[in-house]
Amino acid sequence: MSSIISVTHLSKTYGSGFTALKDVSLDIRRGEIFALLGPNGAGKTTLISIICGIANLSTGKVSVGGHDINTDYRAARSLIGLVPQELHTDAFETVWATVSFSRGLFGKPKNPAHIEKVLKDLSLWDKKDSRIIELSGGMKRRVMIAKALSHEPQILFLDEPTAGVDVELRKGMWEVIGRLRDAGVTVILTTHYIEEAEQMADRIGVINKGEIILIEEKATLMRQLGRKQLTLQLQERLAALPATLEPYRLILDDDGMRLTYNYDTQGERTGITALLGDLSNAGIRFKDLSTTQNSLEDIFVSLVRRSA
Amino acid sequence: MNLTAIRAIYLFEMARTWRTLLQSIVSPVISTSLYFVVFGAAIGSRISEIQGVSYGTFIVPGLVMLSVLTQSISNASFGIYFPKFVGTIYEILSAPVSYFEIVIGYVGAAATKSILLGLIILGTAGLFVPLHIHHPFWMLAFLVLTAVTFSLLGFIIGIWADNFEKLQAIPLLVVTPLTFLGGSFYSVNMLPSGWRTLTLFNPVVYLISGFRWSFYEIADVSLGVSVGLTLAFLAICLVTIWWIFKTGYRLRN
Ligand SMILES: Nc1ncnc2c1ncn2[C@@H]1O[C@H](COP(=O)(O)OP(=O)(O)OP(=O)(O)O)[C@@H](O)[C@H]1O
Ligand SMILES: [Mg+2]
Repeated sequence: MSSIISVTHLSKTYGSGFTALKDVSLDIRRGEIFALLGPNGAGKTTLISIICGIANLSTGKVSVGGHDINTDYRAARSLIGLVPQELHTDAFETVWATVSFSRGLFGKPKNPAHIEKVLKDLSLWDKKDSRIIELSGGMKRRVMIAKALSHEPQILFLDEPTAGVDVELRKGMWEVIGRLRDAGVTVILTTHYIEEAEQMADRIGVINKGEIILIEEKATLMRQLGRKQLTLQLQERLAALPATLEPYRLILDDDGMRLTYNYDTQGERTGITALLGDLSNAGIRFKDLSTTQNSLEDIFVSLVRRSA
Repeated sequence: MNLTAIRAIYLFEMARTWRTLLQSIVSPVISTSLYFVVFGAAIGSRISEIQGVSYGTFIVPGLVMLSVLTQSISNASFGIYFPKFVGTIYEILSAPVSYFEIVIGYVGAAATKSILLGLIILGTAGLFVPLHIHHPFWMLAFLVLTAVTFSLLGFIIGIWADNFEKLQAIPLLVVTPLTFLGGSFYSVNMLPSGWRTLTLFNPVVYLISGFRWSFYEIADVSLGVSVGLTLAFLAICLVTIWWIFKTGYRLRN
C-alpha cells in the first residue's frame, strides 16, 4: 500500500526552546485508520499541527500526497481536514454558515447537497440554523468535524475527537469514521481511550516525549493481547517442579509459593484442564487461582514506562 | 490564486459587519453628527471662514478622514485579532491559502466597511452643510487609499497584539492624537510657525490636506506631496506585512 503522508526525520523545537518532537519518522498509508497514542505532552498535537500547517517544523521533511508541506503547501493542505483538540469555534455564526465558510476557504465551489449530507451524518441537521454559541460542547465538536469534512478531504486528522462526547455519540462518531474509511478517506486520530484505538484502528503508533516508540499493526498487537496468565497460589512451598509438569513451562516464584502458566486464548487448546489434572496427580494443591489478560493499555503503559 | 477562499474570508468578515450593524455604522454616524453640532454649529458659527470656506464646511473632509482612519484600524485589527484570540485562526492557517490571499480577504473587508462608512458620514454631513466636491475622482481615490492603508496598519496591529490592551493602545495613544492634531478641525496654517513645523511630521496632515483639496481645492501642503507620502505609508505597511508573513511572526509557532 502506498503512503499518503510521509514524515522523515522531523524535529520541532518551540520558540521557548522546548523540543517537542525528536527525529520522528512515520508513514501513513493511504486509506488506513491510524491511531496515535501517547501520554499528555507526548507531542501528538505538535505532530498534527506541523503536518496541517499550523506550526512550522524545525528540521526534517513532511509530504502529503507527494506534496511537500512547505514548498507545495496548497496541494498538500487541500487534501487535509483537521479537527483540532481544542474547541475553537465561532460564536455568532450559524452552523450552516460556518461549515459553508470552511468549504469556501479550502477553495471548493459551493455544494449545499454535500454540506447537508455532512450535517445529517453528524446529526446536526436540525441545528443548521442555530448559532454556534447556543450549542452544547459535544455538538460544537461535531460542528468542527463537519467543518473538516466540508471540503471533502482525503485525509482527516482527529485530535481527540471523542473527548467530552457521550457514549452514544461516540459510537455514532465511530460509525462516521467507519463510513469515511469505506469511502477511502485516510484517518489519523489521537485518543486517550485505548478501546477506541482497539475498535477503530488498522495501525497503532505510540509516541512518548517526542519520540515514536512503537508502530504496529493492530492485528499483531492483538495477538500479543491474546496471551493470558494463570496464577496459582500454592498451599505449601514447592522446592522444585516435578518432571511431569515440564511441558507446561511453568514459572515457580515467590519463594516457591506461586506458579504461573502462560497460555494463548486463541489457541485450539489452552491446556488448563490437563494442567490442573497433572497438578493434582503430582499432589500439588493450591489455595487460590486467578487469570490476567494483557490489554492494549498494559502494553501501552509498559512501553511508555520503558522509554521513560 | 484561491479566489474562492478570498471570497469566503471577505464575505465572512462582511457578515460580521451586517450582524454588528449598530456598532459598525450607526454609532460613528451619531458621533459625527455630534461633532457637527458642537464644532460646526455651536462653535463654528463664531469662527470666521477659512480660506473662503465656512468652518462647518471646512471640517467635513477632516471628520470623514477621522472616522475612516480609526474605523479602518479597529475593523482590521479586530478582524484578525479575534480569530487569534478564540483560536479559530487554526482553520485559516491550515487552509490552502497564501498570506497574500488572507490579507486581501481581511483587509479588503475592513477597507470596504470604512469606505462605506466614510460615504455615509459624507451623506450625513450633507444634511448639515452644503457640500461641493470639486474633484470626486481624487476624493474617492484618497478615501480608498486611506482605507486600505490604515486597514493594513490595523491588520499589523492585530497580528502584533497579544492582548486587548495592546490592541487598543496604538489606536488610542498614537492614531487618535495624530488625527486630532492632523488638521481635521483647523488649517495647519493657523498654527504658530514652530508648531507648524512639528505638525509636518504628522503623516495624517498630508492625508487630510489632500482629501480636503479634492473638496475645496484648498490645501496645507501640495497635492503631490500628499499623494506621495500616502503611497509611501502604504508601501511601508505592505513591506511590514510581507515581513510578518515571511517570518511567520506571531502566527505560526
Ligand atoms: N506553543 C508552544 N510553545 C512551547 N511549548 C509547547 C507549545 N505547544 C506545546 N508545547 C509543548 O510541547 C509538548 C508537546 O505538546 P503537545 O500538545 O504536542 O502534546 P500532546 O501529545 O498533544 O498532549 P495531550 O495528550 O495533552 O494533548 C508539551 O510538553 C508542551 O508543553
Ligand atoms: Mg494534544
